[in-house]
Amino acid sequence: MNAGELSTLLVWAAGLTYTIALVAYTTVLARIAEARPRAAKAAAAVTSPPVAAPVAGVSVAASVAVGAGRTAVLDRPSGASTPPAAGGSAGASIGADAGAPDAGRRAAGIARSMTYLGLTFGFVAVVLRGIAAGRWPTANMYEFTLVGSTMAIAVLVLVQRRNQIPFLGVLVTGAAALALFLGVNVFYIRAEGVQPALQSYWLVIHVGVAITSSGIFAVAAATSVVQLMRARREEGSTLLAGRRWGWIDAVPDSRTLEALSFRLNAVGFVLWTFTLIAGSIWAEHAWGRYWGWDPKEVGTFVVWVIYAAYLHARTTRGWAGSRAAYFVLVGFTAVIANFTVINLFVTGRHSYSGI
Amino acid sequence: MSGYRPDGLEDAFTADEPGRTGATTDDTATDAAAVSDVDVVSAGTMPDVQVPRIGIVGWLRWIWRQLSSMRVALMLLMLLAVAAVPGTIFPQHAQDPAKVAAYLADHQALGPWLERLQLFDVYSSVWFSAIYLLLFVSLVACIVPRTRVHLTAVRSRPPRVPRRFDRFPAQGGLTTTATPQQVVESAAAALRGRWRWLPRFRVDVSTAGGESTVAAERGYLRETGNLVFHLSLVGLLIAIATGQMLHYRGQALVVQGHGFANAVVDYDTFERGTAFNPSSLVPFSLRLDSFSARFSPVSLQPRDFTADVTVTQPDGSASAQQIKVNHPLDVGGANVYLQGNGYAPDVVVHDSAGNVAFSGPVPFLPQNSVYTSLGVIKVPDVTSGDQIGFRAALLPTAQRDTDGVWQSVAPQPANPLMVLTVWTGNLGLDTGVPQNVYKLDTSHLKQVMGPDGQAVSLTVQPGETVDLPNGLGTLTFKALPRYVALDLRYDPALSEVLVFALLALAGLATSLFTPRRRVWLRAGVAADGRTVVTAAALARGDDIGLQPELDRVLAVVGRDLGIAEDEMTRVAAVGDDASAVHDARAAQENEDPEEHR
Ligand code: HEM
Repeated sequence: MNAGELSTLLVWAAGLTYTIALVAYTTVLARIAEARPRAAKAAAAVTSPPVAAPVAGVSVAASVAVGAGRTAVLDRPSGASTPPAAGGSAGASIGADAGAPDAGRRAAGIARSMTYLGLTFGFVAVVLRGIAAGRWPTANMYEFTLVGSTMAIAVLVLVQRRNQIPFLGVLVTGAAALALFLGVNVFYIRAEGVQPALQSYWLVIHVGVAITSSGIFAVAAATSVVQLMRARREEGSTLLAGRRWGWIDAVPDSRTLEALSFRLNAVGFVLWTFTLIAGSIWAEHAWGRYWGWDPKEVGTFVVWVIYAAYLHARTTRGWAGSRAAYFVLVGFTAVIANFTVINLFVTGRHSYSGI
Repeated sequence: MSGYRPDGLEDAFTADEPGRTGATTDDTATDAAAVSDVDVVSAGTMPDVQVPRIGIVGWLRWIWRQLSSMRVALMLLMLLAVAAVPGTIFPQHAQDPAKVAAYLADHQALGPWLERLQLFDVYSSVWFSAIYLLLFVSLVACIVPRTRVHLTAVRSRPPRVPRRFDRFPAQGGLTTTATPQQVVESAAAALRGRWRWLPRFRVDVSTAGGESTVAAERGYLRETGNLVFHLSLVGLLIAIATGQMLHYRGQALVVQGHGFANAVVDYDTFERGTAFNPSSLVPFSLRLDSFSARFSPVSLQPRDFTADVTVTQPDGSASAQQIKVNHPLDVGGANVYLQGNGYAPDVVVHDSAGNVAFSGPVPFLPQNSVYTSLGVIKVPDVTSGDQIGFRAALLPTAQRDTDGVWQSVAPQPANPLMVLTVWTGNLGLDTGVPQNVYKLDTSHLKQVMGPDGQAVSLTVQPGETVDLPNGLGTLTFKALPRYVALDLRYDPALSEVLVFALLALAGLATSLFTPRRRVWLRAGVAADGRTVVTAAALARGDDIGLQPELDRVLAVVGRDLGIAEDEMTRVAAVGDDASAVHDARAAQENEDPEEHR
């Protein structure tokens, strides 16, 4: 077996691992949904609201008390009691949620380790692909899906270190698994060198940064989806009211999610701006003009403008919050369209899908 | 700040009234927008109230105000995104005129309407230009007042210490036996940071009224970055427009052993901007010495194209140079790009009288990845009789398949073969209408048929000569040189475009990642004689580093004054969920603040 074949095998392995992580994250969600009513009953027996007992030097996860569907996070001893904040950062405490049964905790553990394992597989697959092709592995759609999903999972891992949001895990591992299976089945082409137009260090810089920002946008979009669901439930939506959606209460509140999504999008946007500039420099070298309204260039420009509109929306009255989240979704849809529709159905100078 | 306030500058952050500042970050942004909206109204700009009195100037002011509002910018940005899309749906003149022609032929009814709506010239259309020009007017309308406000802000002192700290998102405190004076000095030093010449915070210390306070603010660069970013976009637009006006672009097809001079007449196509200056056309000349191509043996995809050329400068000095894809040649202030390549069979045609009627290389157009190339040889100058035309296909590596059809199987000239059909009559070259050199106008031509009634088809390999049918003469396939398609472009504004783009990027990153924070600290002497210190902090926008910042300052003070850890307090913000969440996040952050920074 050569490096290329091993890489493909690892892509399959990563896809399967993400799928297992997906199932595990879903289980965590289900457990949370089940645990909510039970926790509520349990809490009713205790005097509520819970009073913060000073616990010095204890880790955050351990200093979480579960109240009637609410979680209060305690700080260093202050002597003052902290009223429970709805939702608080309960997302951070899935593993320690007193209401969640062992199964939930086990599933969370599996989800986490499978995500890490998949990330490792994905990373090694990328490296082997590069070795097999004898170049940086970002030259066609297959490689883009491979590197892009690995990036998205890496961002997920980083985000989850701070905020364990199982639903985000479901979305991102699901999308990554889908992308990988689609990649090996539809976009796959042999590992090989590339045509002269792609023989440039800009392949590393421009495409590498594009993939990275796409991965970040993906996680941000997933966060915005959770934010919108949470906002709906906070507003008392009948659609999301049922017990099945109980897990939504366990994610951070919509404002926190919006802030998280914004932070990711801000990083993604700066990288996307860089992608745009680097692409123009490369186009100037390879094609003799820095901008030519090639379909791919238009797509990248549209994505950029949408995210710029999003940044303005956030500071405009009436457009913040949920409306801003819709911008994120429109923006990410444009990212996906720019990758799929433009590559596959529109002819332009960027026709390097290899299919 | 009274009266009109530009959008996006948050009043609540500037105002130091504790009741309002207490609300966290984004809520304040919304508040601020509300406030500025109200301001706009109260400034007398609502049309239904003011129109009769404000007249033209009032209207202009109103339009200016609208243009400088964030909401209009938002609408225009969304419009711009939508307006850019049709250019990928419909073929564009600028990118592919042939496709537009084909589209028009296919859509007889719809086509002219689309043409009228400029949907084949989206990016130079009136409506697209209107949107982006309005956007830039809006941008200027927006940054002018913002710049003014910011220039005042950068010279201002931190806002005075609020009366109450209890609604701020980050709070803290400690008690100590040190004097208030010592505490504020220590805190001020911690806030200013290590470098005297580059303070982290701008700090005001006050000991008036028996109370020692510190007011500090950082992050003025945030707004500076934002202004640099928006201004750079204006610069970018101007640089691009300048380049467009001064540029020229020429395309030339150069066969091995041949060359061209940098002069308008020597180009196959030449295009220039409205302010093009002929003196920017430096009269150098360029000769193609050799061209080499490499292909993947597996996929037959190209792997390398290299053109070796000799450049002769106007002063007569010559130098050998190389042009590759991705490595344009910089000559005479312009760049020469290798855009394409192909084969140009070198043929000689003798007419029936035995005279040379045509001689030279004829560029053929490659049709696929194995360089099956099509071309046309026109022989108008025959000694007597009809003119001759050939339609030809060149197969670089010819192979006969099982049906006896010739096909090319590889792009390299391993077994070149030319297949020709012959036409006689009038080539139509004298009509004065320019003709496509790759097309044979057969309206006055007749194809030469064999005795079997089938069209005559000749095959010829390099070095061979074939007799033409009906005693028309002979054709010799002398050699198979390659040609390159070169694109020469001159754009004097390239470096300006790059500089503004990079400035925009730097400004953007600065404005998005520079935290804007305020920290206040108050030290007073309690009844027991100890000094009680309370502190609060406020950030603009979401800022997970706010509480850690405050904690850091208090920790430094604590260390300086030798205060035990258990005398330090940090009061979790109470009241609204958002601040509690904020605090919760800060608490996590606090576990290892460095790592997540
Ligand atoms: C060519 C059009 C424009 C583009 C591409 C653009 C792009 C951007 C981007 C990417 C940001 C985010 C970076 C940052 O926060 O500093 C931003 C921020 C901002 N823009 Fe624009 N902008 C445009 C026009 C305008 C106009 C017309 C206005 C004024 C009405 C405006 C006002 C602002 C403000 C106030 C911010 C700061 C938002 C904040 O507080 O975070 N922009 N712009």
